[in-house]
Amino acid sequence: MSAPSQKIAAVKSAKSFSLPWAVLPFLFIVGAMVILAIAAPLVAPVDPNTQNLLARLKSPGTVSRGVTYILGSDELGRDVLSRLIYGARVSLFVAFSSVILSGTIGSILGMVAAFYRGWVEIVIMRLVDIVLSVPAILFAIITVAVLGPGLINVVIVLALTRWPRYARVAYGQTLSVANMPYVRLSRFMGASWPRLLGRHILPNIAGSLVVVATLEFGLMVLFEAGLSFLGLGVQPPTASWGAMLSTGRNYVATAWWIATFPGLALFLLVLSINLIGDHVRDRLDPKAR
Amino acid sequence: MSIFFAKRLFQALIAIFGVMTLIFFLQRLAGDPVLLLVPMDATQADIERMRVALGFDRPVAIQYLEYLGNVMLFDFGRSYVQNVPVIDLIWTRLPYTLMLAGGALVVAFGIGIPVGITLAIRRGRPIARLLSALVLAGQSMPTFWSAILMIMVFGVWLGWAPPSGAREVSSIVMPSIALGLLSMATFARVARTAVLDELEKDYVRTGHAKGLPMRRIIFRHLLRNASIPVVTVSALEIANLLAGAVIVETVFAWPGLGQLTIQAITARDFMVVQGVVLLGAVTAIGLNLVADLLYSLIDPRIRMGVSG
Repeated sequence: MSAPSQKIAAVKSAKSFSLPWAVLPFLFIVGAMVILAIAAPLVAPVDPNTQNLLARLKSPGTVSRGVTYILGSDELGRDVLSRLIYGARVSLFVAFSSVILSGTIGSILGMVAAFYRGWVEIVIMRLVDIVLSVPAILFAIITVAVLGPGLINVVIVLALTRWPRYARVAYGQTLSVANMPYVRLSRFMGASWPRLLGRHILPNIAGSLVVVATLEFGLMVLFEAGLSFLGLGVQPPTASWGAMLSTGRNYVATAWWIATFPGLALFLLVLSINLIGDHVRDRLDPKAR
Repeated sequence: MSIFFAKRLFQALIAIFGVMTLIFFLQRLAGDPVLLLVPMDATQADIERMRVALGFDRPVAIQYLEYLGNVMLFDFGRSYVQNVPVIDLIWTRLPYTLMLAGGALVVAFGIGIPVGITLAIRRGRPIARLLSALVLAGQSMPTFWSAILMIMVFGVWLGWAPPSGAREVSSIVMPSIALGLLSMATFARVARTAVLDELEKDYVRTGHAKGLPMRRIIFRHLLRNASIPVVTVSALEIANLLAGAVIVETVFAWPGLGQLTIQAITARDFMVVQGVVLLGAVTAIGLNLVADLLYSLIDPRIRMGVSG
């Protein structure tokens, strides 16, 4: 980046440092869900796994034995609202840890591929092409078939299938930065490669990686829910929005609330994240608009 | 052209080989592959007998070569739960998945393209704002939720379509819409960008200058040019539809490959899972190849290595 354009960028970011009004409601939704998830034991009306077989499939607002089922109860008489709040924990935990994990793996591999070139580049980028050319759900299915379902395995599956997205971006960005005079200079001065990548290249490509991570976050929420819906993700009795939807599917005719509320929560979370992601992209990377 | 074609084909073959290798070693990475194939309650003697019968007692290199050879001949092994060749199971389920993907493609194309064109031509107008909000909603809507909502509203409350199964012709309507919605958003976005790009071209201005009506410029001239990216994206979207079918088939109890796979995982029928995943992966890589070739046929700059 030449000096004048840097100045313009600096002026622009200083000028536009105001509250992002357009996405504020969506930031609020995501923030509220994060807080509810963290504070789940404090805010959930009852324990999410407490069964009450006398209060099965009660519609929203029903009071039974001193418990008000604000969003109704499920087929085992568990409180849907409490499960919804605890389910947010699973969604956000899986999405957050898989984005961190795949982002770290992908960024490092992408940078290394662009920095070393030669056969390292060929091996890594070929692997990226292979993983990207196959729909992630197929890899997820075979991995779950081998490793078995479960919370940690879902994170592993998502990390293993999503890192190429970051690798491709990190690779492209590193290529364009690696020959900058300041990088070559520090190389001549004997900087080690971790230092070069970490101190000089990473700060310059971090913006693009953050954009990818934000957009991936919404996708990871959907993936976790999808795998749990198929019975390949988080296992019962742990509350997960996907698993709740799967149960609700069996009761569409008699208890609409079981599937409707987790679906709505999922939709709102993913929509909000996508809108924030678009906003972040427009801010950090005006060219991609 | 032939050099580009050969190079791209070679890359696709490498990718297929890579996927087969990944799956083979994934199986071994998790520990004893025999444990994936036997029932939960198998005794140690059963496991040993199985190991010898399946050849898992031989060196890994030999197993690997044999596996590659079999897979290339579409021999995906036998289902140990149903005791039939995996390929037979796939053949009975495949038509249903193809029907579903076809229906979804019709929905995605039929709604997505007109919406995308409208978004571009009526940019900034209220109708475009409304449509783009709908596209965004479609993108953020989990397939399994929209599918359940449809079953609830149209299947149960209104009774317009059978809520699940594949006994009647009308059974395919709801699964197709549920699966098509996500791709619809993709088609709308691509069509919008393509039309916007074309709107700025000289021939559109010439058309205006000649006094041609807007309708004629769009339908006679612009859409033909704008169709190029749409055609390529279609090939990639088919791969996504096939993958998305796993969830939609489960929701609607549609007897396709996706349902077969999920049933196989539950029944610990690993050979079936492996067969379907391999087939899906090869199809996806093939469609990627088709997309690239289509693109290079239409736009020679790609195969000449010139960036547009």
